[in-house]
Amino acid sequence: MSYVKPKFRHPRLPSNRLGFTVADYDGAISTLCAGCGHDSISAAIRTACFESSLPPHRIAKVSGIGCSSKMPTYFLGKSHGFNSVHGRMPSVATGASLANRDLTYVGVSGDGDTASIGMGQFVHLVRRNVNMTYIVANNGCYGLTKGQDSATADLGSVSKYGDVNGFEGIDLASLAILQGASFVARSFSGDKEQLVPLIRAAMAHNGFAFIDVVSPCVTFNNHNGSTKSYEETRAHLDAMPLDFVPMREEIKAQYDEGTSKSVTLHDGSVIHLKKAVSGHETDDRQAALNTIQDANKQNRVLTGLLFLDPNSQNLNTNLELATRPLNELGKDELCPGSKVLKSINEGLR
Amino acid sequence: MKPTNTADPEYFHRVVDCQYACPAHTPVPEYIRLIAQERYTDAYMVNWESNVFPGVLGRTCDRPCEPACRRGRVEEEPVAICRLKRVAADFKDDVKHLIPTAGPRNGKKIALIGGGPASLTVARDLAPLGYELHLYDEHAKAGGFMRSQIPAFRLPDEVLDEEVDYVLNMGIHTTFNTYVDSLQSILDKSYDAVFIGCGAPRGRDLPNLPGRKEADANIHLGIDWLSSVAFEHTKKIGKRVIVLGGGNTAMDCCRTSRRLGGEDVKVIVRSPFEDMKASPWEKEDTIHEGIPILDNHVPKEFVVKKGKLVGMTFEKVEAVYDDEGKRRLVPTGEDLVHVDCDDVLIAIGQENAFPWIEKSTGVRFTSWGTPIINDDETFQSTRKDVFFGGDSAFGPANIITAVAHGHKAAVSIDMYCNGLNPEVNRPDPHHTLVSQKMGIHEWSYDSIPVTDKREAVPLVDLKEALASKTLEVELGFDVETAFVQAERCLNCDAQTVFTESNCIECDACTDICPTACISFVENGDEPDLRTRLMVPAENLEQDLYVSDTLPTGKVMVKDEDVCLHCGLCAERCPTAAWDMQKFFYTMAKATPDLLVEAAE
Ligand SMILES: Cc1cc2nc3c(=O)[nH]c(=O)nc-3n(C[C@H](O)[C@H](O)[C@H](O)COP(=O)(O)OP(=O)(O)OC[C@H]3O[C@@H](n4cnc5c(N)ncnc54)[C@H](O)[C@@H]3O)c2cc1C
Ligand SMILES: Cc1ncc(C[n+]2csc(CCOP(=O)(O)OP(=O)(O)O)c2C)c(N)n1
Ligand code: SF4
Ligand code: SF4
Ligand code: SF4
Ligand SMILES: [Mg+2]
Repeated sequence: MSYVKPKFRHPRLPSNRLGFTVADYDGAISTLCAGCGHDSISAAIRTACFESSLPPHRIAKVSGIGCSSKMPTYFLGKSHGFNSVHGRMPSVATGASLANRDLTYVGVSGDGDTASIGMGQFVHLVRRNVNMTYIVANNGCYGLTKGQDSATADLGSVSKYGDVNGFEGIDLASLAILQGASFVARSFSGDKEQLVPLIRAAMAHNGFAFIDVVSPCVTFNNHNGSTKSYEETRAHLDAMPLDFVPMREEIKAQYDEGTSKSVTLHDGSVIHLKKAVSGHETDDRQAALNTIQDANKQNRVLTGLLFLDPNSQNLNTNLELATRPLNELGKDELCPGSKVLKSINEGLR
Repeated sequence: MKPTNTADPEYFHRVVDCQYACPAHTPVPEYIRLIAQERYTDAYMVNWESNVFPGVLGRTCDRPCEPACRRGRVEEEPVAICRLKRVAADFKDDVKHLIPTAGPRNGKKIALIGGGPASLTVARDLAPLGYELHLYDEHAKAGGFMRSQIPAFRLPDEVLDEEVDYVLNMGIHTTFNTYVDSLQSILDKSYDAVFIGCGAPRGRDLPNLPGRKEADANIHLGIDWLSSVAFEHTKKIGKRVIVLGGGNTAMDCCRTSRRLGGEDVKVIVRSPFEDMKASPWEKEDTIHEGIPILDNHVPKEFVVKKGKLVGMTFEKVEAVYDDEGKRRLVPTGEDLVHVDCDDVLIAIGQENAFPWIEKSTGVRFTSWGTPIINDDETFQSTRKDVFFGGDSAFGPANIITAVAHGHKAAVSIDMYCNGLNPEVNRPDPHHTLVSQKMGIHEWSYDSIPVTDKREAVPLVDLKEALASKTLEVELGFDVETAFVQAERCLNCDAQTVFTESNCIECDACTDICPTACISFVENGDEPDLRTRLMVPAENLEQDLYVSDTLPTGKVMVKDEDVCLHCGLCAERCPTAAWDMQKFFYTMAKATPDLLVEAAE
């Protein structure tokens, strides 16, 4: 078993606007099971940050507990990070985002971490529209504790131990839309062509961006009878491809009128939806929920951008908090003195 | 693209860059691993099987393997392949009992003309098969140019003697101090076949340069002079020496001059420094010994005063390249340059010379003066029982090429003597492919490459070196350095073997590969595919490994160019669709059984 990745990289790796190569966004070598979908998501996050030329030291990774929550060790080795307790990443993320609004926050969680123990925290994070990207690596089981059914396991899915799941699975994407999330998407770890632009768009979005990623657990949930195996997911996949074009960059690709549609984010970046399921509008919560319900009924795993409100107000704006990170405020700003206190008191009389 | 046919051994052979570049296809990574394991004798025998002269080549080889070495594409410098070969020779135990002996006589008699590496290789391969071998050489000992040309300070006599004797002791009949002046006289002795390994023994001269005749006493042809030094007929040279030429003969001439009394020795060459024929390391060694190299100087005249050579004049030129990249040396128009000297050594090349081969024998020659040979596999001449090899076949090359020719010619001679046509159904190379898996995620070799840099071989003190004609300049690596240098090898023979039926397209291999070799993409033709990989595959000399279509409709494409053979793809693959398998390859030889199989 190799514990280190060789130092050598391809000598002709392309570099981004900052002069970094994708290797500058690498983390430690993964200790997850070989073939785990989570490793593909890590690679997608790495590629997304590279392609968007984000400075690694301006990114903070946050997570809870689970195989999925271990992921941040395996990408962005030069970024900040906080591995919190099970299901409690939302509080840490909220606090961090309030204290330093200038960092880009990437939360990584699992279906257990989010939909079971962390459900209470999760809905409040959505409701508050904390400015972050929140990725659930959804394998329908508790991978780290040996594959028990999770709350997102589909009704009728068979566990590795042969038990048939008798409960309706929680659909985190629908829940997020219902709870007022401003960016909601679904994807599949085995479809980086879609996942990478989605993560880039999510990171460019101002507000809470949620991506539910089907991520097969090769060890405990990749057998016949599982609805979240590589094979089953591929068999039912209905992907809506997209491109992400950051602001300042020109749109180079040619798109067919009619079959495609574009959405402009608050910073000027454009998401180009190359093929949407008929009738699906990303700016209509009700329509998005219907589309998801229809797909679920037809047993399709519908992936792509499901809902987007590009003009949402994030938590910091909503609460009219300081426009600069706390660590940049000086003594005079934090403690403005008796004169200011006096004038405030005057104003209350 | 069509799926890669890995059943063809040439595919994986090409991946082992060093071995593929070696004319004798020495299994380089195999012996380097053995060195790291301190199994020097085994490492020596793997070499000996392929190249017959590991101790000699570990000091003198032209090392075509090193520019080909993958490590040189991944970081600055290739693995020190050549000098590690010397390590095997330096630290091995007695190997005499491992060397095959002459086989029971098969009644066939072969003549070998010339005692250089080509003839000795033919002898090595045919003796165990029971052939009676008669070797003729004009000198007192065998070795050819390895003895007469390569100076002892680069190749000590003991090293050469040892390896020449391993061959001669297989019962070879030798006739030394005998210049063969007629091929007919040899054919008259009714040999079953004749192998001509007489080298390219004639040095080029500058017969028409003014002053050439008058100054003859102090002008020497490089190869004749080196040979005369080697056999101790020449013991000194003037204080000021000009060496003309830029190849390895020039380098050996000037360094030898420094040891024979030359104090002010200069190499003067027509071409620019970068275009000189000598290898970079030879130029380095020359400069290290205080010998300046004047490039872009074309000789114009030997200046003679009172009947004696006093110097030479040169015209300064510069290299101009036309659209096709062809070089012309154009005079700069500056004044002629005069250089004083006492002696001149002309080392501007050698040629083949076959004055002793009669037309009536039926052996015919090209207009270049080289023999007409069937092809570079059979080495059969226009007379079916006469074979050529080494420098005599296609002109001057090097020892390892002569060895490779020898192996092929031996196969041809063996086939010919058994009534077979050496052109058809030649034996295939020998190859095996074996998984290196030792546990779930464990390989038999040190898979993660180290980052240590290449180190130069330590040298003896310069003053001491110049004081002796025979003191070996290079000290060789010690065991500790050898280990570190051996560990730099990327084990390119540990092949990444892909089984598409196992692949579930989870991307784990693509994600982990440190050098972005593996891509899963829609198929296309090769030029198109090369542009659509993780990193475009710009090195066209390196193959793409393409799978059959996978369930999603994509294909796996691996660019072999900078694969580190780290095995991580196979470690991270959940279904063992990737496996690391050791590819062992040796060229077809006439020896009855392979002497050394892949070391287990
Ligand atoms: C100065 C110099 C330095 C070199 N250094 C290197 C080096 O560092 N590394 C390297 O790889 N290569 C080197 N080479 C080249 C290398 O020595 C030759 O390519 C190689 O030895 C060729 O081998 P061969 O078996 O074809 O013939 P040779 O080694 O040339 O042997 C032929 C032998 O046949 C003898 N002979 C010729 N005609 C007859 C005849 N009619 N009757 C009897 N005997 C005859 C010759 O005297 C000679 O002994 C060097 C060459 C020169 C000139
Ligand atoms: C407070 C607490 N309760 C329970 C656990 C045990 N536990 C560890 S990981 C895990 C489930 C993780 O599932 P998920 O978030 O889906 O991650 P996966 O391993 O599937 O990626 C549980 C229940 C814990 N570590 N802490
Ligand atoms: S147990 Fe499942 S989720 Fe955890 S690392 Fe292994 S494959 Fe991935
Ligand atoms: S062995 Fe596999 S992982 Fe390592 S460099 Fe080669 S292709 Fe990449
Ligand atoms: S890791 Fe193995 S199963 Fe996964 S894509 Fe690569 S070869 Fe296929
Ligand atoms: Mg899970």
